Amino acid sequence: MSELTINPGVELRNSQLEIHHFRLRLAIVAGFVLTMFSLLFVRFFYLQVIQYEHYHTLAEANRISIVPIVPNRGIISDRNGVILAHNYSAYTLEITPAKVDDLEALINELAEIVDIAPKDRRRFKKLLEESKRFDSLPIRTRLSEEEIARFAANRYRFPGVEVKARLFRQYPQAELFSHVVGHIGRINQRDLDQLEADELLANYRGTDYIGKTGLEQSYERHLHGTTGVEEVEVDSGGRAVRTLLRTPPVSGSNLVLKLDARLQEVIYRAFGDRRGAVVAIEPGTGGVLAFVSKPGFDPNLFVDGIDPQNWNELNNSPDRPMVNRALAGTYPPGSTFKPYMALAALTYGKRTPQQTISDPGYFMFGGHMFRDSRVGGNGVVDMYKSIVVSSDTYYYMLANDLGIDAISRFMAQLGFGSRTGIDLASESAGILPSQEWKMKRFKQKWYAGETISIGIGQGYNAYTPLQLATAIATIANDGVMFRPHLVDFVEDIRTRERTFIEPKPLRTLAVKPEHLAVVKQALVGVNKEGTGRRAFAGAEYVSAGKTGTAQVIALKQGEKYVESRVQERHRDHALFIAYAPADKPKIALAVIVENSGFGARAAAPIARQVLDYYLLGKVPASAVKDDDATPD
Amino acid sequence: MPPLIRRVTRRLTAHVDGLLLGAVLLLMAAGVIVLYSASNASLPRVSSQLVNMLVALGVMWVFANIPPHYLMRLSLPVYVLGLLLLIGVALFGEVVNGARRWLNIGVTRIQPAELMKIAVPLMLAWYFNRYEATLKLRNHIIAAALLVLPVGLIARQPDLGTAVLIFAGGCYVLFLAGLSWRIIAGVTVAGLASLPLLWPVMHDYQRQRILTLLDPAQDPLGAGYHTIQSTIAVGSGGLLGKGWMNGTQTHLDFIPERTTDFIFAVYSEEFGLLGTVVLLFLFLLVIARGIVITANAPTLFTRLLAGAIALTFFTYAFVNMGMVSGILPVVGVPLPLISYGGTSLVTICLGFGILMSIQTHKKLVQT
Repeated sequence: MSELTINPGVELRNSQLEIHHFRLRLAIVAGFVLTMFSLLFVRFFYLQVIQYEHYHTLAEANRISIVPIVPNRGIISDRNGVILAHNYSAYTLEITPAKVDDLEALINELAEIVDIAPKDRRRFKKLLEESKRFDSLPIRTRLSEEEIARFAANRYRFPGVEVKARLFRQYPQAELFSHVVGHIGRINQRDLDQLEADELLANYRGTDYIGKTGLEQSYERHLHGTTGVEEVEVDSGGRAVRTLLRTPPVSGSNLVLKLDARLQEVIYRAFGDRRGAVVAIEPGTGGVLAFVSKPGFDPNLFVDGIDPQNWNELNNSPDRPMVNRALAGTYPPGSTFKPYMALAALTYGKRTPQQTISDPGYFMFGGHMFRDSRVGGNGVVDMYKSIVVSSDTYYYMLANDLGIDAISRFMAQLGFGSRTGIDLASESAGILPSQEWKMKRFKQKWYAGETISIGIGQGYNAYTPLQLATAIATIANDGVMFRPHLVDFVEDIRTRERTFIEPKPLRTLAVKPEHLAVVKQALVGVNKEGTGRRAFAGAEYVSAGKTGTAQVIALKQGEKYVESRVQERHRDHALFIAYAPADKPKIALAVIVENSGFGARAAAPIARQVLDYYLLGKVPASAVKDDDATPD
Repeated sequence: MPPLIRRVTRRLTAHVDGLLLGAVLLLMAAGVIVLYSASNASLPRVSSQLVNMLVALGVMWVFANIPPHYLMRLSLPVYVLGLLLLIGVALFGEVVNGARRWLNIGVTRIQPAELMKIAVPLMLAWYFNRYEATLKLRNHIIAAALLVLPVGLIARQPDLGTAVLIFAGGCYVLFLAGLSWRIIAGVTVAGLASLPLLWPVMHDYQRQRILTLLDPAQDPLGAGYHTIQSTIAVGSGGLLGKGWMNGTQTHLDFIPERTTDFIFAVYSEEFGLLGTVVLLFLFLLVIARGIVITANAPTLFTRLLAGAIALTFFTYAFVNMGMVSGILPVVGVPLPLISYGGTSLVTICLGFGILMSIQTHKKLVQT
């Protein structure tokens, strides 16, 4: 201890006191140390005991990523197993916009590696505007093997871009079923809001598509299935380390329809280039056998998001291919209304079958002349003849005798003016005119003169082809009306259990069987010796039918309709309702051919082809040529 | 036991403090165990740390055998050398990761700040010892200048962690040397008052760290990420921990720097509050032994030096655990004796060697 020897006096003098002071200060520091360590202990106790649950949850949330497994969408097929909608697996190139700074530049660079058409860019832009979620969006779908390989080699250049294997919806029948099957499309904000309202949002985690129209929409819940989940342990980089738990998804159920795809095709071909609609129904069940609205569109265009060019084309076409004519198009029934008028007359005791009128070719009411379509009239006309030759005068008079209230009361029973309840959304109710309806619609009272043309299915009358088909099917089924339905059964893909859409009788008409028999007999007469005889000449079965012509524009008082003078779009619609075989009807249908003139000429031959095919299996060679028939 | 072996053993252990060594070895053992887990069972990493430990223990033994008065003679030259090197760093230092900390001296690169961890307490202890008889306020001011000079240079590099540690060590010396309470109170008040003035001269990342401490959630993926994830690790450890090698935050890579500065998060996650208390107890044991040695040290030089070493060790442990558990800002301070890395381990054990030397040479003198 050399220091001690340097200055011994000072050291000795102060040492005791100094050591005392020093130790005091050291004790203070030791107290400080203890305090700080106690503070740490309190902090640890707080984190590890008091807040344990909270941090445990956070750590688990860090560790476990819940990945939804999207179920396969159910397959839709016709009654014979013909596929109408199915899924196929394909690779898509997807961009997550949230991870990319300059999308334009990125897409340009990508275009050097994979083929990106202007159409793809437009569609991507549209998707980008619609998507609110931080999703990856497809820039290209259906990549070829070569493109995948090229992208894989250049992957490092494109952060935020990846190739994904996805299931795609495909509609092999394309246009043929566009209005029945409908299509799916990417989920948009409105769909999300709806799903949230229905508390289905959880089941749509990871799902990009939802049914937008047709059966894809109305049977969405059956088709979608139940989303599975995979609990995956992930590291901080989001890489999956291992699977902790897996609840497999449950595939959506398959839909098997009552529809007959080949029948549908026969109808489509029979139409050629013309516009119109056909609905064919099995009278005893309400099962829909054919459901055509022409023109249609290719639903495949909508699957990955339609590009604006195609969208505009479809929307701006004067043919309005996006309108489901069979379901939402409303047309005056024309003379196809007459059999129901006759039945109403019998039921309300306004006519007997034998009662005759004299038909001079017109009916005068309140100074107005209501013309018969047959110049000079049909002479002496009883009820049978009134239907077979389609006498207008007979029904002008009858309408006047029945009055609007009785007509609308009776027609309501047949489903006119109300939705049939078919398993498709967006059905139109049509217009069944009545005093109340007019008051509500126009705030005007009904004029007795307006009742006259109601009698021949003109005036305010406007019904959908589906309603026309349902009404004639009800007559064919002896007054028992079934709710029309497209789907026969829903098949659970795991259990193979089939849930049938049970035939559901809606109501039985309050009519006497003998009255019904009179009308049915007359309908048979139409095809045998009346306005439908040319179209049904030589048929190997007995059928019942009624022609009709619906005016598109009202003619001036006393003006005669001359087809060649009228613009194509303003020409009359041709209608035909029918069922067969007459004694035990297997099929009832309504046909409307837009702007094609007389029903007997344009619509009846199509009905003939439908019945020939459905009852006899005859496949017609070509589109129906206009028959040179007389006006109905 | 043959007399020769007994003499050799006695010669080897004469200057070793058994209690301190025992506590240090237990902490090192805990360090190896947790490092094994933190490094995902990386044997190269663990064996490299074992080598570091052996070197550190060797250094400790060497310094335990150097009598304190030799160290006293070295104080001034080492301090001056350290200061010159720090100035050299400021002028010619190499920038690594945005900080100018390294100096290339031809053969190798060195971090002079590490040297100052020992040199500053040595210098201050030497200075106070020299003017012991006539200690006045003036001496405290000079001592404070001797402290602030290197701390300022280090903070400028920037190496906030080391600066904090050295500054704290120096403050302990000033306090133990008898700085008057009035001055302490005055400086404390002035210091708190000048905090707002400090703000503009701080580096952006330093400001960010302080803001982050106040509210880690404001930038959960950026500056707050370290604190948030280490706090989750600690909290989710619970009472008993998730078990060795079972920490999810650790093994799924959520804890950043998990073998070095944030190794305590790993320990705490896997061994829970119970393990943490054991660790706190071991740290306290080392500090307490250091304080006892300080209390019994024979001269002012040894007292101040021992106190500075023991309390700097405490500061190390406290700042690190405080930072990992989210009550202190993130500064680069490793957990002493536990964190992976040779440099701080050697410096700390060197300090413990000095403590042992102070304790055992006094005994030898007395006997």
